[in-house]
Amino acid sequence: MEDTIAAVATAYGEGGIGIIRISGEKALDILEDIFEFNGTDEIVSRRMTYGRIVDKDNGKVIDEVLAVYMKGPATYTAEDVVEINCHGSMVSLRKTLSLVLRKGARHAEPGEFTKRAFLNGRIDLSQAEAVIDVVKAKTDKSFDVALSQLEGSLSVKVKEIRQKLLDLLVDITVNIDYPDEDIEEITYDKLQENIVLIGDMIEKLLSTASAGRMIREGIRVAIVGKPNVGKSSLMNGLLRESRAIVTEVPGTTRDTIEEAVSIRNIPVYLVDTAGIRDTEDKVEKIGIQKSKQAFNNADFVIFVLDGSTELSSEDEEIIEYLEGKKSLVLINKIDLDMKLSAEDIRNILPDSQIIETSLINGEGIDEIENAIEELVYGGGISQQESMMVNNVRHIELLQKTADSLKDAYNMALSREALDFIEIDIRNAYEFSGEIIGETVSDDIINEVFARFCLGK
Amino acid sequence: MKNFIMGKYDIIVVGAGHAGCEAGLASARMGKKTLLLSINLEAVAMMACNPSIGGTGKGHLVREIDALGGEMGLNIDKTFIQSRMLNTAKGPAVHSLRAQADKNQYHIEMKKTLEAEENLDLKQGEVVDLIIEDGKACGVIMKTGASYRAEAVILATGTFLAGRIFIGESAFDSGPNGLAPSMELAARLREYGLPMRRFKTGTPARALAGSFDYDKMAPQEGDEDIVPFSFMNDELHKDQIKCWLTYTNEETHKVIRDNFHRSALFGGQIEGVGPRYCPSIEDKVNRFADKERHQLFIEPEGLYTDEMYIQGMSSSLPEDVQVDFYRTIPGLENVEIVRPAYAIEYDCIDPLDLKTSLENRHIENLFCAGQFNGSSGYEEAAAQGLMAGINAVCKINGKKSFVLDRSEAYIGVLIDDLVTKGTNEPYRIMTSRAEYRLVLRQDNADLRLTERGYQVGLVKKDRYDRYLEKKRIVEAETERLKNKILKPDEVNDFLESKGSAPLKSSASMIDLLKRPEITYDDTAAVDDERPALSRHQKTMMEVQIKYEGYIGKQLQQINKFKKLEDKTLSQDFDYDSVEGLRIEARQKLNLFKPVSVGQASRISGVSPADINVLLIHLEKMRRNRKVK
Repeated sequence: MEDTIAAVATAYGEGGIGIIRISGEKALDILEDIFEFNGTDEIVSRRMTYGRIVDKDNGKVIDEVLAVYMKGPATYTAEDVVEINCHGSMVSLRKTLSLVLRKGARHAEPGEFTKRAFLNGRIDLSQAEAVIDVVKAKTDKSFDVALSQLEGSLSVKVKEIRQKLLDLLVDITVNIDYPDEDIEEITYDKLQENIVLIGDMIEKLLSTASAGRMIREGIRVAIVGKPNVGKSSLMNGLLRESRAIVTEVPGTTRDTIEEAVSIRNIPVYLVDTAGIRDTEDKVEKIGIQKSKQAFNNADFVIFVLDGSTELSSEDEEIIEYLEGKKSLVLINKIDLDMKLSAEDIRNILPDSQIIETSLINGEGIDEIENAIEELVYGGGISQQESMMVNNVRHIELLQKTADSLKDAYNMALSREALDFIEIDIRNAYEFSGEIIGETVSDDIINEVFARFCLGK
Repeated sequence: MKNFIMGKYDIIVVGAGHAGCEAGLASARMGKKTLLLSINLEAVAMMACNPSIGGTGKGHLVREIDALGGEMGLNIDKTFIQSRMLNTAKGPAVHSLRAQADKNQYHIEMKKTLEAEENLDLKQGEVVDLIIEDGKACGVIMKTGASYRAEAVILATGTFLAGRIFIGESAFDSGPNGLAPSMELAARLREYGLPMRRFKTGTPARALAGSFDYDKMAPQEGDEDIVPFSFMNDELHKDQIKCWLTYTNEETHKVIRDNFHRSALFGGQIEGVGPRYCPSIEDKVNRFADKERHQLFIEPEGLYTDEMYIQGMSSSLPEDVQVDFYRTIPGLENVEIVRPAYAIEYDCIDPLDLKTSLENRHIENLFCAGQFNGSSGYEEAAAQGLMAGINAVCKINGKKSFVLDRSEAYIGVLIDDLVTKGTNEPYRIMTSRAEYRLVLRQDNADLRLTERGYQVGLVKKDRYDRYLEKKRIVEAETERLKNKILKPDEVNDFLESKGSAPLKSSASMIDLLKRPEITYDDTAAVDDERPALSRHQKTMMEVQIKYEGYIGKQLQQINKFKKLEDKTLSQDFDYDSVEGLRIEARQKLNLFKPVSVGQASRISGVSPADINVLLIHLEKMRRNRKVK
């Protein structure tokens, strides 16, 4: 039996509804696992049922949906199929899909539903050529997309992780295949240490933009800008209450102020910073230190500029800091005479999204919220380092890599034999390889001979 | 010179090394009149290099050869002088048996077996040409002008084929160990257009046992409890010899470094590609310059010889330098070398030119095995010889070829790697080459393969019955253990004595056995209805019980793998007719003609998208046929 696959079956975007299709023997089990009926209904094949998608691990309701289960073989793929009609927002679609994947489905390859439909005899012979075109076109397209994403920092990071995994595999292999050689024995402590190290690297990668983690744990947004450009107004606008003090005296916000807020159902930690300019004021100095820290820890930075003044040296200092950080630039105070244009800023910060606002009047808050939502679900507004993983398939593979490493760690902890642990680490190596399109290879054996002096 | 016909056989095997012996025996035992030719009958089953059989991966191969009805396991069981199970601290899948052999005895016993084989003629002579008619191999021509005809020919020429030995500045045409090389045949094979290559290997010096100082070396004993290689042997008892461990030092390395310029390896005389896992000592010193010492083992070559093998120290440096550097090593200060180390270059075929049955793609009924196919090692050679022998018989009987896949055996991994991926150096098996290691264990090789060997006609009734009995007993005993329920007060004392957690409620014997600290033999203390199981039966049962979970997971992976392996592809399939395949994939597939979609997916240059296109095309063809 083939494994169970799932994907969003409708075009991405803000349509009326979006459909998630699941196909395979586990389709019904998965639906039952995430679906909550209204009343005492039960799932009957081919009957649309109203209910809610619930993440039973934390009890959170994701969306109200209509779901239908269709028993095979009289379905599109000739397998058991479930279709979940979500509200069309990307948020609920993506959330539901990641839940489905967590419950045991695999993300479908491009054209895979059609391929299964054909292989299982559901599509007429005359359509065969068309099927080949579809599969090929989709494969090529996704390959192109994957490539363009991978030229960037994600592939660099994944390669780093794989190199570490490879080193570890080589150490294990040489211990297994050359028991008589004079080589350093790999201890459980060394194994665990390395697994944790690599696990952290993956966790870090996943944490940068994983929609899953962001939904669970929220994102950290640092608000920066020189004093009195409207940072506190922004904070207030997003909080819709007066938590930070707004005054006309620069430097009033002396400490970082952190607020948890729910923006479009995403937990967001807003950190208002005291600015990062050099100062003699002792109290302010502490604040500035904290600002820099908050800045470094943030997933995302909102840089607020006063559009009614020219760029100051302090602004330029901040711009330098923004290098390599994911950012949104607000040109504030558009209610005043403008000295700065979006064009000016785009020339300096080409990767940042730019929004013109009048925060004191609440203008632009909606767009900022859109941008934050897009960041979490849509893969962000730019391709900088802090936002590398935005593709559901990549997240799934990274998660599988991390899970395999966890298994390996637990095996090492309970002192299982080296060759069992090797299997999990090898799985991690293969999963991470799928992200960058490197799977079958003789890497390990090549490395064994490159690094160790072996043989008669 | 007048050619004359000396005889007619079903199958002729060229070369009686480890590949040739298995090929000849398999063919004869499957009822074919077989001729096994060797350039010198003293070279039958000669161990030209290290005096041992088995080791990681290799030990698995020997068990598999045995399970299929081959000879290597039986022969080493007769002739070993020390036996060790390696890797016992690791999981059961990588436990690896290795035995030191009495080289001469190994040769004698194998020769006796060949001579006693009913359908087999063993003869001395040099093959200088093949008889090829209508693109089919149908005989060989000897140096004497004699010719033999046959329906199929198996080439297992080892390092004899255009062999050339290098010792320092001296180089000369030679087979291994000073035996005559096979030069004319090598020239003919190149003329026939076979894609031939040069590979290289080497062997260390042999020195007199009396010239070592054993007080300066660490002894290495064999295992007290000897595990036989062959499933036909349960218990073996023997006095065992010792091997000795010592190390090189900075002085050794200096002598070697000072003489790099005199090495054939660095002088550029050697064009052949050597194996990375078997580097010469000058290679080790050169490539791993920061390593302060290299270990070496001193191993007896047999019981009735004074020669010792210096494992870890192969070289192509001149003899005087060899004496100098060997004597810098503790225990070897006064060592007397009787055979110098040498490097040897030889002709072999690019294995991509072979089918999975080991038949040549271009000359029909010509099968190839062993070092000729670019592998290295006695066990790798024997495994291929066995498979080439079986397949030559299948071919002339008009039967389907006998192919083991990667999930069935290390033999399958070995041959699939060679014929699908090719190799750039002499190929050695490693456990890490196998994807399904937990299933491909040495303890269950008979369970995996003996039935197959019986069906193809190589495994005889006695071995088959023994296998069926093992299977029956293991199943019955597993079932009994499952149903044997123990109450806490019956076993808690026992558990405590083993440092194992006491039971709170009743549990089956199987549950207890799943605990790592409890062995099957231990539980005899709380089990009075126990039947007597043999060593092989016990080992396999215990591994299956203890690692059931892991094994189950791997079996699932195998099911997935099998789906593509089972989708066969016709040999005259024209990949140009498949719409949507990329050009590179078409070319590669047309060249390779893979036997299955699975094999196609392992060919370099064929992408997952190509495989999808291929699957759809196949389905289309299937439906077209149905319509007709």
